[in-house]
Amino acid sequence: MGNQPKTSEVIELCMLAGRIMMESGAETYRVEDTMTRIAASFGIDHSHSFVTPTGIIFSIDGDDPSKFNRISKRSTDLKKVTAVNSISRQISNVEITAREALIELRRIERANLAYPIWLQIFAAFISSGCFLIMFQGRWDDFIPACVAGGIGFSCLIYLHRLLEIKFFAEFLSSFIIGLLAFLFVHTGIGNEVDKIIIGSVMPLVPGLLITNAVRDLMAGHLVSGISKGADASLTAFAIGSGIAAVFSFY
Amino acid sequence: MLAQLFTSFIASAAFGVIFNVPKKSLMQCGFVGMTGWLLYYGLVEYTIDSVIATLAAAFVVALISQTFAKIYKTPIIIFNVSGIIPLVPGGLAYDAMRHFVSNDYSVAVQLAVKTCMLSGAIAMGLVFSEVMNQLVKKYNQNKH
Repeated sequence: MGNQPKTSEVIELCMLAGRIMMESGAETYRVEDTMTRIAASFGIDHSHSFVTPTGIIFSIDGDDPSKFNRISKRSTDLKKVTAVNSISRQISNVEITAREALIELRRIERANLAYPIWLQIFAAFISSGCFLIMFQGRWDDFIPACVAGGIGFSCLIYLHRLLEIKFFAEFLSSFIIGLLAFLFVHTGIGNEVDKIIIGSVMPLVPGLLITNAVRDLMAGHLVSGISKGADASLTAFAIGSGIAAVFSFY
Repeated sequence: MLAQLFTSFIASAAFGVIFNVPKKSLMQCGFVGMTGWLLYYGLVEYTIDSVIATLAAAFVVALISQTFAKIYKTPIIIFNVSGIIPLVPGGLAYDAMRHFVSNDYSVAVQLAVKTCMLSGAIAMGLVFSEVMNQLVKKYNQNKH
């Protein structure tokens, strides 16, 4: 590598990498680590990054100003995390230049790497039924759980687009799951309402948030750990109260 | 038992799809989830307390995830997440909530505390294996 990239270019690269990772649901410590690593591989040894679930601050020693980026939307897209991770690996191994990396990252940011919606719904469909069996349900409840879980998950996706408030989307989805489960048992299609509900609620469970919250807390990122934990418990609470609402009607 | 094996594999892999895990890692996700669940299931069958069983399963899940992350050079979180999902005490939380709604608070609180214990066990399992991983790394570094 003959020509060193400009500092501003490196900062932009770090910010973009950090933002994509954070928006896709990576752990905080991994994001900070990636940012400082990228900076270090371009010869900027003393960089500071402060990452929270809602914003990234990055600064390097010297005259260059600090940069701040707001993170407003957060989703779960581990494909993007993996893609950015492999780019940062390539940078560390001096396989690509800063400019190439920047172009590649911009491409990742715009790209839609997610599985098609129908496949995600199908995954929720199947996993609901499988969870029913894992929780000692009966095989004749398999299809009702699948249907309830699939419909609940599609509601979640749809309501997420419709409503800004995540809590309400989750509440309504689990409410619908509860209603469906009771309907199935009532009409004689399903047998055990408890098992059907537990199985089909599983796709809504904030598994990624819980794991991330624990890892962040233990790694000393108290701010992100606690806020992710709060996010996770809010989701759990939404699911619980959705089902509870059904019970109180029934 | 065979049904458990099969369903836990499918459920974990399907969760991988929901979390947008890259296609080539889906099989490994399923495997991690299956191993964790089988360990949990087996221990509970042998009348071991479910908190201990969860702790052990979470530990093993994290251990396998670390190995996979090293082999396939991907972020560890991909495997971790799908492996942990089956261990989440959804059923207990549901029971607790159900008792809360029917004003049966004494039973509800018991169940809620148990749920917290299980979630704590998952967290401890993850952390233990993280610590172990770091110790091994340190040891290897010192040796060189």
